[in-house]
Amino acid sequence: MNHESEKLFLSALRTTLPVFFGYIPLGIAFGFLLAGAGYHWIYALVMSIFIYTGAGQFIAVALLAAGAQLMDFVTVTLLINLRHSFYGLSLLDKFSGVGKVKPYLIFALTDETYALLTTTRVPEGASKARFYFYISALDHLYWIVGSVLGAVLGSMLRLNLEGLTFVLAALFVVLTIEQYYASRTRFPFMAAIGAGVISLMLFSPENMLLFSIVIGTLILMVHEKITKRGHADLPDTEIYPKEEK
Amino acid sequence: MSETSYMLMVIATVALATFATRALPFVFFNSREPPELLSTIEKNLPPMILLLLLIYCLKDVQWFQPPYGAPEIFTIVSVTALHVWKRNAMLSIFAGTGLYMLLIQFDVLSFLFG
Repeated sequence: MNHESEKLFLSALRTTLPVFFGYIPLGIAFGFLLAGAGYHWIYALVMSIFIYTGAGQFIAVALLAAGAQLMDFVTVTLLINLRHSFYGLSLLDKFSGVGKVKPYLIFALTDETYALLTTTRVPEGASKARFYFYISALDHLYWIVGSVLGAVLGSMLRLNLEGLTFVLAALFVVLTIEQYYASRTRFPFMAAIGAGVISLMLFSPENMLLFSIVIGTLILMVHEKITKRGHADLPDTEIYPKEEK
Repeated sequence: MSETSYMLMVIATVALATFATRALPFVFFNSREPPELLSTIEKNLPPMILLLLLIYCLKDVQWFQPPYGAPEIFTIVSVTALHVWKRNAMLSIFAGTGLYMLLIQFDVLSFLFG
């Protein structure tokens, strides 16, 4: 690696550090679960390399234990991960022109990686494709290492890591604040609070994320339609890019 | 079907279904322009989704029994205050996580609910 890409790699490493501390214990928990269900650690490795989704893999283990049909795996996985389709919607522009790493970036688009990619600025003069690839691959690697570690160690490890996965909540707090500073409109945050609270009350914990994203997106669309109609005779201010500070 | 081949079938199925959800928008809008409405809300999606991910992290909190989500709320307020003050992402995230681990492992806030 030359000096420039080494610097870029270190920058990606620093960016993904919170995800490291989140994915390692989460991965360990997944590995524990899989080992507890009686599966060899090699399956933890294969699943985390090729599937690479948090909640989806946990639920797959539960379905395996229940001896579910292949169709059940398809339905459940699609429902659990449908939220990822919304992530792609807001990355169509960002991912255009990243070249041959694009399929991998799409494959590796987890909640946390999405959060980092949409909020972190590519360092001055650096390659966007390379930076995004480093971030995605590092997060992927943490997940793989964590899950294999958990599966191998099984219940031998007796560390009190209770609460460590809250690092991901803290990461989302910080990224939300950064989005708040960067965003010119406050409406998305109000939409999120509305949709989030409604979904917490109406849906089960494992379903609420997808439903809240769907409800929130609908709110955004309705709001866009109403404000558009109200200002039909005014020039569209959206097309003028905001001054970067 | 043997145990191993069943397992490999399951892994391939779940992997493909997961990839499909991630690839869907890119495949769908590869050769056509996204509708105008979609492209205008496109930039409002990340802030909304990030806040929803945060709310999702609180999905298992028991709001109506002790400690009434106090460790989570206290930590989130602290991280917010620290981040607005110092604007140092690493500091905010790790100080916040350490604080949360202390709060729940030693049940620090239990005095509030005597």
